[in-house]
Amino acid sequence: MNDTLTTGTHATPPETTGPETTGPRRSHLDSLESEAVHIFREVAGEFERPVILFSGGKDSIVMLHLALKAFAPAPIPFTLLHVDTGHNFPEVLDYRDRTVAAHGLRLHIASVQDYIDAGTLRERPDGTRNPLQTVPLTEAIQHHRFDAVFGGGRRDEEKARAKERVFSLRDEFSQWDPRRQRPELWQLYNGRHAPGEHVRVFPISNWTELDVWQYIQREHIQLPEIYFAHHREVFDRGGMWLTAGDWGGPKDTEPTQTRLVRYRTVGDMSCTGAVDSDATTLDAVITEIAASRLTERGATRADDKMSEAAMEDRKREGYF
Amino acid sequence: MTTTTHPLNETLAETTLLRFATAGSVDDGKSTLVGRLLHDSKSVLTDQLEAVEHASRNRGQDTPDLALLTDGLRAEREQGITIDVAYRYFATPRRRFILADTPGHVQYTRNMVTGASTAELAVVLVDARNGVVEQTRRHAAVAALLRVPHVVLAVNKMDLVDWSEKEFLRISEDFARCAAELDHPLGGFTAIPVSALTGDNVVDRSARMDWYTGPTLLDHLETVRTDDGQADRPARLPVSCVIRHGDDRYYAGQLTSGELRTGDAVVVLPSGVTSTVTAVDRLGSRVDAAYALDSVSVRLAGDLDIGRGDLIAPVAEAPALTRSVDADVCHLHDRTLSVGDRVLLKHTTRTVKAIVQDLPGRPDGLTTNELGRIRLRTAEPLAADPYAASRRTGSFLLIDPADGATLTAGMVR
Repeated sequence: MNDTLTTGTHATPPETTGPETTGPRRSHLDSLESEAVHIFREVAGEFERPVILFSGGKDSIVMLHLALKAFAPAPIPFTLLHVDTGHNFPEVLDYRDRTVAAHGLRLHIASVQDYIDAGTLRERPDGTRNPLQTVPLTEAIQHHRFDAVFGGGRRDEEKARAKERVFSLRDEFSQWDPRRQRPELWQLYNGRHAPGEHVRVFPISNWTELDVWQYIQREHIQLPEIYFAHHREVFDRGGMWLTAGDWGGPKDTEPTQTRLVRYRTVGDMSCTGAVDSDATTLDAVITEIAASRLTERGATRADDKMSEAAMEDRKREGYF
Repeated sequence: MTTTTHPLNETLAETTLLRFATAGSVDDGKSTLVGRLLHDSKSVLTDQLEAVEHASRNRGQDTPDLALLTDGLRAEREQGITIDVAYRYFATPRRRFILADTPGHVQYTRNMVTGASTAELAVVLVDARNGVVEQTRRHAAVAALLRVPHVVLAVNKMDLVDWSEKEFLRISEDFARCAAELDHPLGGFTAIPVSALTGDNVVDRSARMDWYTGPTLLDHLETVRTDDGQADRPARLPVSCVIRHGDDRYYAGQLTSGELRTGDAVVVLPSGVTSTVTAVDRLGSRVDAAYALDSVSVRLAGDLDIGRGDLIAPVAEAPALTRSVDADVCHLHDRTLSVGDRVLLKHTTRTVKAIVQDLPGRPDGLTTNELGRIRLRTAEPLAADPYAASRRTGSFLLIDPADGATLTAGMVR
C-alpha cells in the first residue's frame, strides 16, 4: 500500500501525471458540449412540455445549436419562448425571426409591452424593463404548462448563479429558494416535480463567457451583428454607453455621440451597455475578451449594479 | 494586438478540462487558498475585486476578504458562512478548471460528497500546526469512498511552522498511515507544502522552502492526468431518449465508458435482447467509433423495443442484472431514512421503485450527513456495475416518491 503513496519531497509520481495515454484527447469544449447535449437529452426523455428560452443573444444561440446537435438528424423536440421587453435591439429580433424560420421552430412570445398596455405592469421610473420580465415569463410558463424551461444562464456570470443547480426546481410561483435546493451528484439530474411546479434547466452552467465565444468560433455559428464593432449613436448613463432609441433615452441632459462599439451581452436596451471596441471579427472579439479585466455583467449590465444581491433577489421572484 | 498579462491571451487553443474539489475544516484557510488560487492565476477580474473591496470596507475590514468572492448568497454574506457548494471557473494556458468549492461548516459531509462525486481530484487541506486531525481522516475517507482518482494533501500555513521540512514530512507520513487504514483504498496522493496567506507554492514557487522539489499546487493541477480509466472499461450506453427520424430510430445517450463501434455485438438490458450496432453518430456526424463520455446516438439491427432507461452493452462484457442492491450511502436529506421506506431509485437514465431492506448497524435509520451501508430490493432488475469499476454506472440516487426530494446518494458495492 505504501508503495503507491508519495510525498511532496519525491518527484511527481509517474502514474498520476503526463499526457493521457488511452482514448482520444478530449478538449474542454468537447467535454462541455457532451455534457450539455446529455442534459438536453435527459430533459427530452423525462419531461412532457419543455421549452427553450430564446432571446437571440449568444448564450441562447449556443443552446439552440447544442439542441440541434443533440437531436440530429431529427428536429429539436421543443418549442421556443422569448420574453420581449419591447425594448429589444431590432437587429436581434430580426436574427431571432430568421433563425426560427430557418429551423422550422415554433416561437412563443411573452410581451412586456402587452402587460403595460393592459395596465397589469407599470413602467418603472428609471425606464428599465428587465425586472418586468418576470411576470410575463412566469405567466407564460403557467399558461402553456411548460414543465422544463431551458435557460442559457452560466455560473460564471454572477455569484448567485454560481450557487444554482443544473436542474433548478421552481414552485408554482416560479420562485427559487437557494436554501432548499436538491443536492446534485454525478450526472444524475433529479427532474421530479409536483403539478404546477417546473424545473429550470441550465445546460451551459459550466461554460464561461470565453468558452461560449470559442465554441461559436469552432462551430462557425452566426451571430447578430451588434456583437461586432460598429458605429452607433450612444449616450452616457451611469458610466455605460446606452443606445439612443424609442425606448426613452436619452434625456435632454444626456448628449449623444457616435462611437465605435460592440455588445458583450444582449438584453433590454434600457440597461444593456455597449463597450468601446474595434473588434470586427471573432478572432478579435476573443482576443479582446481574454484581455478584458471586467466581467461581462460588470461591463454591461446596469441592473446588476443596483445592489449586492440584485440577481439573487430577482431569481427568487422567478427571473431565470 | 493588445498586450496583456492575462494568461489566456498567451494561447487560445483548446485545452483539457479538470474538475476538482476542495475540502477543509473551518479554520484551515480554505477560502484563502481558493482566493489565492483564483487571484494569483489572474482569474479574478477588476469589477469582482472592486465589489469585494467595497463589501469588505462596508463590514469595517481593512483588507479585501477573498472569502466574499465565493459567498454568493445574501444569507452567506450576512452570516459570514458558506452554506452550499459553489462552482468556480478559471483557466490557465494549459487547462480549464471547474472547482467545486465545498463549505467546511454544517451540512459538511453531504456537501463534500456532492463536490467529490464529479471531481477528478480532491484537495484535502490541513493546518501545518495541527497536522492530521479527525476531520482530515473524514475528508480522506470521503475522497476514497467516492473514488476520486487523485488526492492532494495541501499542508497549509507552513509560514507558521518556520517552513519546516521535518513538520511537513511528519504530516505527510501521518496522512499516508491514515490513508492505509481506510475501508476503501485511496489511489495515492501528492503532498504539497503551501502557505495560502503568503502564496508560497500555490501558484508561485516558494523561495523559503527550497527543500521541496515537487510541483506547486497549480503546476500539479495543470499536469495531473484527467482520464480515470473509463476508456479501457467495457462499453456502457444508458439510453436517455429515442430519436425518431423517418423510419429510423436512434438510441441517444452519453457513453459512460469504453468504445462503441459499428459492427459490435451488443445486448440491451434489462430485456436481454441482442443485436448489432449498424451506425454510430457523434452529435450529428457519422463516426467509426465513439469513446467514453462522448454523447452519441446509435442504430441497431432489427426492429427492437428500446427506450429510456435501457442500457446497451457488449454481449461479452455486460453487467449482471440484480434486484438486490448492496451499497455504500451518504444520506443527504433532513428526513431520516429507515428500513421499510419505499423510495425511487435513479440509476443512470433508469428510475425504479425500491424498498429499503436493511441498514446494517443503524436500527434507528440514517440521518443527514451520515455515511452507511444499505441493502435495497428493487421492483425491476437493475444493470449496475460496482462503483469501484465505474462512478457513472455504479452510482444512484434515492428519491422520495411523495415530493421528489433527493434523499440519499448511493454507491454499489
